[in-house]
Amino acid sequence: MSLVQIRVRVNGGEHEGDVEPRLLLSDFLRHELGLTGTHVGCEHGVCGACTVLLDGEPVRSCLLFAVQANGRELTTVEGLAEDGDLHPVQLAFRDAHGLQCGFCTPGILMTVVAFLREQPSPSQEQIRDVVSGHLCRCTGYQNILEAVKLAAERGSP
Amino acid sequence: MSERWFGAPVVRNEDPRLLAGQALFVDDVQLPGLLHAAFVRSDLAHGRIRSLDLSAARAHPGVVGVYSAEDLGDLCIAGPVLVPPPPIERLEFHARTPLPLARDRVRHVGEAIAVIVAESRYTAEDAAEAVQLDLEPLDPAVALEAALAPDAPLVHEDLASNLAAHVIQEKGDYRAAREAADRVIRRRFRYDRGVSGALENRGIVAWWDPHDGRLSVWDTTQAPIPVRNALAATFGLSESQVRVIAPFIGGGFGPKIMFYGEEIILPWISLQLGRPVKWIEDRYESFFATTQEREQIHDAELAVAADGTILGVHDEFLHDTGAYDPYGLTVPINSQCTLLGPYRVPSYYSEFRVVFTNKPIVTPVRGAGRQHGVFVIERLLDAAAGELGIDRVEIRRRNYLDPEDFPHDHQILFQDSAPLTYDSGNYAPALERAADLIGYEAFPAEQQKARDDGRHLGLGIVSYVEGTGIGPYEGARVTVEPSGTVSVVTGVGTQGQGHFTVFAQVVADQLGVDPAHVRVVTGDTMEFHWGTGTFASRGAVVAGSACHAAAQAVREKIFRLASHLLEVSEDDLELAHGRVTVKGAPDHGFDLSELAARANPLRGAVRPGTEPGLEATSYFGPDRGSTASGVHALVLEVDPETALAKILRYVVVHDCGVVINPTIVEGQIHGGVALGIGNAFYEQLHFDESGQLSNASFMDYLLPTATEVPPIVAEHIETPSPLNPLGVKGVGEAGAIPVAAAFAQAIEDALAPWGIEVLEIPLSPQRLFDLLERASGESPTEGKPGETEEVTP
Amino acid sequence: MKPPPFDYVAPSSLAEALQQLEEGGFDARPLAGGQSLIPMLNFRLARATLLIDLNGVDELSFLHVSDDGSLRIGAMTRQRAVERSEDVARAAPLLAEALGHVAHPQIRNRGTIGGSLAHADPASELPAVMLALGARFRVEGVNGDRWIPAAEFFFGPFMAALDPGELLVEIEVPALENGDGWAFEEVARRAGDYALVGVAAQVRVDGAGVCSSAALGYVNAAATASLAPSAAAILVGEAPTPERIAEAARAAATDDCEPPSDIHASEAYRRRLAEVLTRRALDRAFARAAEAHEP
Repeated sequence: MSLVQIRVRVNGGEHEGDVEPRLLLSDFLRHELGLTGTHVGCEHGVCGACTVLLDGEPVRSCLLFAVQANGRELTTVEGLAEDGDLHPVQLAFRDAHGLQCGFCTPGILMTVVAFLREQPSPSQEQIRDVVSGHLCRCTGYQNILEAVKLAAERGSP
Repeated sequence: MSERWFGAPVVRNEDPRLLAGQALFVDDVQLPGLLHAAFVRSDLAHGRIRSLDLSAARAHPGVVGVYSAEDLGDLCIAGPVLVPPPPIERLEFHARTPLPLARDRVRHVGEAIAVIVAESRYTAEDAAEAVQLDLEPLDPAVALEAALAPDAPLVHEDLASNLAAHVIQEKGDYRAAREAADRVIRRRFRYDRGVSGALENRGIVAWWDPHDGRLSVWDTTQAPIPVRNALAATFGLSESQVRVIAPFIGGGFGPKIMFYGEEIILPWISLQLGRPVKWIEDRYESFFATTQEREQIHDAELAVAADGTILGVHDEFLHDTGAYDPYGLTVPINSQCTLLGPYRVPSYYSEFRVVFTNKPIVTPVRGAGRQHGVFVIERLLDAAAGELGIDRVEIRRRNYLDPEDFPHDHQILFQDSAPLTYDSGNYAPALERAADLIGYEAFPAEQQKARDDGRHLGLGIVSYVEGTGIGPYEGARVTVEPSGTVSVVTGVGTQGQGHFTVFAQVVADQLGVDPAHVRVVTGDTMEFHWGTGTFASRGAVVAGSACHAAAQAVREKIFRLASHLLEVSEDDLELAHGRVTVKGAPDHGFDLSELAARANPLRGAVRPGTEPGLEATSYFGPDRGSTASGVHALVLEVDPETALAKILRYVVVHDCGVVINPTIVEGQIHGGVALGIGNAFYEQLHFDESGQLSNASFMDYLLPTATEVPPIVAEHIETPSPLNPLGVKGVGEAGAIPVAAAFAQAIEDALAPWGIEVLEIPLSPQRLFDLLERASGESPTEGKPGETEEVTP
Repeated sequence: MKPPPFDYVAPSSLAEALQQLEEGGFDARPLAGGQSLIPMLNFRLARATLLIDLNGVDELSFLHVSDDGSLRIGAMTRQRAVERSEDVARAAPLLAEALGHVAHPQIRNRGTIGGSLAHADPASELPAVMLALGARFRVEGVNGDRWIPAAEFFFGPFMAALDPGELLVEIEVPALENGDGWAFEEVARRAGDYALVGVAAQVRVDGAGVCSSAALGYVNAAATASLAPSAAAILVGEAPTPERIAEAARAAATDDCEPPSDIHASEAYRRRLAEVLTRRALDRAFARAAEAHEP
């Protein structure tokens, strides 16, 4: 299978690569670009650990081929902090103890950042609903919900 | 001490790295020339390997090596039994452990047969499809009870039956208790299988560097030091040549304590090829290749007096160990011991049979068999309460051990081979508090009001104990560095429990520093190489106590050196805010950084009998485990039309001794409860008659999500353990243990008009539908199913 | 869990895509949102020699209400866009209500309306909704296009009435009328899961309170998305009293459904759910229809 040249913008930087068409976007980000903050938990779109922003919208990077991101804009967890300062959503997760092993966390952060942008004052039900697109085995979700609420209350950008 | 960090809700030291996506997990390891492995696994539950042709796979472009059992040679031997059975009289145990790669027979779906090594994982999977494997199907033994039938297919052909172990433990005279009883309550309970479901699958990166003469292995293990020792022994290397690193681990929950064939194979491949090689288990593989838990069938009997006093318990159970039993008897012994709960049980007869089946291997998963024991005793008490007309909270209170009963010797052996002796406990306050928090008194009115509106609410409230914090030991090294940073190094691995923070808190108090300035390193055998691992809710208890001891030793060194340098008595010194100073003269003293530099002089003489540096290594080994306890209560709503249940509120009042960090402890409880809810209502592995798993994906194996887990209120009661200097008990597994028992009681309560009885977990909506269908023919006021015997004295 | 190799093209026009599909032969597959196809590729349960990625075919991504009030949706319109659309909320509120049950927002951001319909999964919500709405689908091949009513589109599990070389390109949902009522009900094990059973109800009531039309589309109650003609017959021409609704629900569960048994639910349990959910959906749908007639 011939390689396809792609060019993507990730966290504000341009990247080029020659990829097999079948290369999953999650593997491209992790192993070609070295952005290992995006985690892979199931590779069938259920767990949500690999969630990234594609043109600002959260998507499962295990359910996209890298070629499909050609010419698009991606944001991964590495792109949230600015100048070494954690993003307000990241800080809220720390303050509310919204993570334990931290494996599912990057995907959840990406969903929540996009969610709060669209819905700055969400209800508890809306928070629960959007977090339900992610699996976490450590926290029982309670403190994740608290973290989202805290981030919303603090008016995260 | 000006500030006390122990007991404070300190934010976690490990979080910034995790949140920024900078924490290193095994699959993040990238090395020059890294190769990738994929396994060829059996697609039959039971079969004989007729032929295995690897030539096409070897010829596949991009493939570097393909190996079978034959290629492994002498390495392809059955692994050790990791936990030998306790010295129980008349114990029968047949050890059968798997080969790294199956040689001529496969005994469960997913057993590894060959391994492909290629330039990419994609290529390795392509080549795996080119392997020509001819498997002759053999009849499988799948169902637990049927596997013990005389004509059942044999999982291990050299054994006379599928019996893997037979164990009896007893105390008192159950027969006499039964005769003295006013009621004997007998039930059959089933508990089915699930997976641990860590979000990170297992993975290994192995790198033999011939220039350095060192084998480095990044491994998602809960036990890096035992893995290091095993690898050194296997490959004839010195232990110092092998470095095992358990970096950040994406959840452990038990199965990552196992030592797996892949952990031998990957290093061996790197030794063969002189290149680093990585294998990351994928989610599909994880449903077969990672160990599972908890299929048991109990035939249990409770002998009670008319006032609800427990006179004795008789329990015979079957435990499914899957195709092999490499972890010994830990899980069924936990079930056996935990059944006694917080209660005074004068006589106990417990007999179990461990059974081989053609299913994946069973080893501890969070709770590790304790769930079953709690389920059995709590369900029996519920039945007794119902039949004797005693309130369900009252029957528990009447049977609790009293505070003055401790230490309490149950006269049987626990999984760690020590006598099952509870160190301390105070059970009634937790029960009262949980009843208050859940609204027990007001609930009948709430329930009636809801029923009037056509809604069915039910309440469940149960007790449990958990044996935690067992030996043998852990160690820690504490160093005050000249930079002023305090480093703490310990051998246990960490999987999200907050070790980087709680160990820092323990040390910070001793050294008068902020825990944020304490750098904790875990799970790297180069840094610390004595210890066993993270299991049995023991990290904070055993490693935490070792950190405490090492920090105390450093504290003594600080005082001794400062006393010498300042020429004042140690009694006149104080240590706070990173400085040791003369009391009442805060300017007269040293920053710890300066003192650390002074402790490591470049010239001059170190006084005889002293060591350089502000550093100490200490070990801690408890005589036996400490017993944590608690009460769970919940209210749920059942829709009898759809057979769906929704938990509305959940309360945990628990006692894990002295709490180091309440936020972290609550987090552990939330997660445990969520796992327990999964086990109780959502998660089940469905094996068909041929031993095939029908739901090996996260689409069909249902981990609870945020919409299924209710808000959880957790409160602490602190009864210190006398067995360690911190007074702590373990908490990692507690949340998961009693959920099914509480859930079952609440379902029965909600559906009281139907008179159903819940004897089986998980209770899926399908099962609840079946129970309701069966009950709907009967009059709602008639007695419950199940056997009951009236014994006239 | 890595997909097997395939060739890949990314056409930018429908004509180009149809040409590539025609030339690609049997093992060429169109790739829409990929939220069902890519997992199957990752499990190696599906194969393709050539994937024709439709995500660059902008002409298939549109959504508008025609002058006659009917709703027209391009096949490559993202589910999330449909869910957020005010036009859809107005013109086909049943569709808007049901979309909230389709997996999770992260999946709907990528999943397309046409991809889900062409996939023809009996467990997915959208086919049942289209049946209840009486929608029709425009499919196109190199030799031209044709319209297929939803009721003729789903003819087997994962089998849609598309000929080789044809793509689903457009969905048309008829206009809502005064006196219409709707409701979607499903039972899933967890939020976002495939439903054990789901019901989409679209009813119409005249000024006299008599049901003039009723359509019930089912998720996972048969080998394909299915309708309930005998239940509808019980309702039409009658006032929707609780007794009548209960009778229709019983008929739907016993006569109209042929549910499968699997690890999550038995046939008997699914029939029960079909009855309960039909009743609940009809209750809500008729209540909405009645509201529409209130002054």
